[in-house]
Amino acid sequence: MSAAARETAPYAAALRADDLRERRTLFGLSLPALLLVFVTLVVPVGWLFWLSFLSDAGEFSLEHYRRMASQASYLRIFRTTFEVSLITTSLCILLGYPLAYLLAQLPRRIAALCMIAVLLPFWTSVLVRTYAWLVLLQRQGIINGWGMGLGLWDEPLPLVHNMSGTLIGMTHIMLPYLILPLYGSMRAIDGDYLKAAANLGASPTRAFWTVYLPLSFPGLAAGAAIVFILCLGFYITPALLGGGRVILVSMRIATDIELFFNWGAASALGVVLLLLTVALLYLASRVAGFDRVLGGTK
Amino acid sequence: MSGWLSRPASDTQVTHGRRLWLYAVGALVMLFLVIPSLIVIPMSFSDSQYLSFPPQAWSLRWYANYFGSLEWMQATWTSLKAGVLTTLVATPLGTLAAYGLQASRTRWGGLAMLVLMTPIMMPLILVGIGVFNVYVQFGLLNTLAGVVIAHSMLAVPLVVLVVASSLKSYDMNQEMAARSLGASRPRAFLHVTLPQIRFSVVTAALLAFLTSFDEVIVALFVSGGQNSTLTRNMFLALRDQIDPTIAAISTVMIVVTSLLLALSQLFGRSDR
Repeated sequence: MSAAARETAPYAAALRADDLRERRTLFGLSLPALLLVFVTLVVPVGWLFWLSFLSDAGEFSLEHYRRMASQASYLRIFRTTFEVSLITTSLCILLGYPLAYLLAQLPRRIAALCMIAVLLPFWTSVLVRTYAWLVLLQRQGIINGWGMGLGLWDEPLPLVHNMSGTLIGMTHIMLPYLILPLYGSMRAIDGDYLKAAANLGASPTRAFWTVYLPLSFPGLAAGAAIVFILCLGFYITPALLGGGRVILVSMRIATDIELFFNWGAASALGVVLLLLTVALLYLASRVAGFDRVLGGTK
Repeated sequence: MSGWLSRPASDTQVTHGRRLWLYAVGALVMLFLVIPSLIVIPMSFSDSQYLSFPPQAWSLRWYANYFGSLEWMQATWTSLKAGVLTTLVATPLGTLAAYGLQASRTRWGGLAMLVLMTPIMMPLILVGIGVFNVYVQFGLLNTLAGVVIAHSMLAVPLVVLVVASSLKSYDMNQEMAARSLGASRPRAFLHVTLPQIRFSVVTAALLAFLTSFDEVIVALFVSGGQNSTLTRNMFLALRDQIDPTIAAISTVMIVVTSLLLALSQLFGRSDR
């Protein structure tokens, strides 16, 4: 160590200590927010975990989980939830991919204008949109009125308070969540890759399937994962449009609490729902990147 | 027109004419997205119970129903109060957290960020019953404070996300410069940093308000009585029957949301 370095060493140490103190203070700025989340989310959900392992007599037991694994009604609810989530996600991809693709190819100014069509429903309350579908799809509703008026069908079609109403409403509500991340990743695709593919003799169709689609895949995966995860825990729309015929996990949790005060059963269902969600989030972040998955949720 | 049809539209030289089908599909999907978000507006002025479209006769009876009902008005006030208070709680908390985590660069930052993001990853029904269970023990059930606390927790991650993303492109050295000229850290933040991230803070505040104003599930469990929120009452009303008064309320909600979005856009423009 040189003489000069020996002389400055105490100052360097003091500066480091100062820096550390300041970084601690800065970190402290996040404590109020952390405390809020801890007290109103981590503690309540932890409490539910605890309740899910208590029998009705108040002792530690796995009875709620055992019942869930053995009773056919529970298995049916999980199957319905998965089916509804899977179909909704597929419908969103089917409708959303072409629109995102088109928007990504349009000149930015026109695309921004068309984007209003995606952002408007995104910002409109889920309850308002669900209500609109109730009105559109009901027996004396607009779609039945017009369909019969045009002579397309004679009897009012049962479009709502069943599975089809649930799927239509959920697809409409989830669609922006798929389009927004997908559009972002499509905009980032360099058009030169496609020109190169064409130059090497690929037909437009082949260039799309072998170049464009794989490049857009991370955005598609992120969007599809968000939609699927949101569907798994969705409550409002299926509760209003399903008319009691479509029972999802979230609705069973609500009735367990509201009607039966069965905290153990509801908590156990909630724990399974949460674990599924976390597992899917983890998988999605492996495929598409964590920031992208998080950034896409409103 | 025929010239446009044969002009190339993509990098692979597909002409506009050959992708007319794509334009048609795109237009249909956009209609599917927009129509249900807007159709309640004309229907709310319909005279009929069944809300036919276009309405045969126009009237303001559903608005009269809404504005004349003590219960609906009370719920509207509760929602507005909860929204404003949530904004006032979540915006500073989230902004401070985003700033602190960004500036401190500690290795705990990643973990803290993850904890702050949990509210948007958690299924809302779980949040609803979990908070309900805790509120029962602490007497916060059916209080405005209870709604505000729960909604602030839900809004914090959105505020953090929005503010953190704008801080990422902000050069912290500017604050250093201010401090080397004698400004204290809070002063440097208020006079140098905050004005430059103003737009994202306003956007975050708006998001916080809408999070609370539109939230249904948690409010369904923890609000009630005099402090029942507008969305809770709407949900309960819709579960029983399709009351056209909801169309009038929906229109009011759409107007409020659009106004706020327009305001935030105006504010953002004057920022640059």
